[in-house]
Amino acid sequence: MKIYITSIPISDYENALAFYTEKLGFVKKRDVEMGHAMRFITLVSPEDPDGPELLLEPNADHRGIRALRESLAEDGIPITSFAVKDLDAEYKRLSGLGVLFTQKPMRQGGWYSAVLDDTNGNLIELAEVPSA
Amino acid sequence: MFTCHTLLVDLLFKALADPTRRSILDELSKHDGQTLFELCQRLLFEHKVESSRQAISQHLDVLEAADLIRVKRQGRYKFHFINTEPLKAIQQRWRGKEAS
Repeated sequence: MKIYITSIPISDYENALAFYTEKLGFVKKRDVEMGHAMRFITLVSPEDPDGPELLLEPNADHRGIRALRESLAEDGIPITSFAVKDLDAEYKRLSGLGVLFTQKPMRQGGWYSAVLDDTNGNLIELAEVPSA
Repeated sequence: MFTCHTLLVDLLFKALADPTRRSILDELSKHDGQTLFELCQRLLFEHKVESSRQAISQHLDVLEAADLIRVKRQGRYKFHFINTEPLKAIQQRWRGKEAS
């Protein structure tokens, strides 16, 4: 058994695609029409095209997800975390592209991390991950 | 007779009479404007405060009631800022009464 996918709640495919591809730099791997304006869209990192896929899950308007996202956002808690090689460089690059950070790069307990707003209602952590 | 002022002073001393709440103020004086998420990480790693986010959130409510922190909402986010204004009243209160 292995982990192959993780999902991000979104409400608008185009807005989510714009942020995750143009700003974060992921690339589309799957885009399948599912009917009823539903699509199965996954993204991967160009550094790891065969790695885990990020599913854009159009469930942001579900009442459970809405409540979850509101309380996570209020407390500044990220919904997931992506690994970066050079957080300072990413922080500078993304800030330059107008991305809002709710937590600037912070070094704690061997981790170096920051938290950004994905403009789709989620907070995402970027981290330089220490080897386990 | 208890006045409104007395109650505020009570809230202030009560807020300060707890080591975790003092650590929160220490952290905000170093890095002002933190989310609960960031604050909990800093408290854990720099002050060995292992309280839950729920507990820290309650400490923040006590500090806010004493006006020692101010919460600013930016969009959907809440950032916490230190406010040292109430401490001036403590400093002034017994000033000039020291034994010379």
